[in-house]
Amino acid sequence: MKIAIQHADFDVSTELKLLRENQSAIGGINVFVGTVRDMHLGESILAMELEHYPGMTEKSLADIVKQAQERWEILNVSIIHRIGKLLPGDQIVLVAVASSHRGDAYAASEFIMDYLKTSAPFWKKEHTPSHTRWVDARTSDEQRLQKWQS
Amino acid sequence: MKVSIRFFASLKETLKTDELHLELPAQIQTIAELRSFLATRGVDWGDAFAPEKNIRAAQALELVDPQTALIDGAEIAFFPPVTGG
Repeated sequence: MKIAIQHADFDVSTELKLLRENQSAIGGINVFVGTVRDMHLGESILAMELEHYPGMTEKSLADIVKQAQERWEILNVSIIHRIGKLLPGDQIVLVAVASSHRGDAYAASEFIMDYLKTSAPFWKKEHTPSHTRWVDARTSDEQRLQKWQS
Repeated sequence: MKVSIRFFASLKETLKTDELHLELPAQIQTIAELRSFLATRGVDWGDAFAPEKNIRAAQALELVDPQTALIDGAEIAFFPPVTGG
């Protein structure tokens, strides 16, 4: 399992190679990559800054992976979340889940992303041409959790 | 009881501080009571911690409810709802 909070960009194929290393039982890997949009709420986004709570972030992601492991058969997981200043088009987050079968890989990666978005302590600040603003949490992200709580 | 309190994101900017170390009055025993106590520190604090503001709390690096009892010496944090991913 890999959990990394970093300023540096990541290379998806390098990460997949690491994820698969010495894991011959893997039958499928589901990969999610989140990227910075160039528009939000009708305004151009020039840049985005990501802040986090060191220590709690890593713990919270490890807890989310543990919950996913209790629900699905997971052979390996890689989560990378970038912090600092990012530009439109930049990669923000990678969630890659390896399993014997695709069903578990799909479901576990969706679960991990849904919980990451609502409980891992990261905050986004957007720079538009006229001002900077903190991004508000979306109710739809909270609603997505209900899917996993029923 | 002694606590360290950290603030993040918009809350940190409003309060113009990212960390406080406080010796709390004996009657402050829960996260909710600490939040109300912090709201009395000044105008910015009153605004930031107004009851209608959606503020989350963590203790010992875990999200906690307002009713959670404070632990002596623990690190507590207040922040807006998270927006990562």
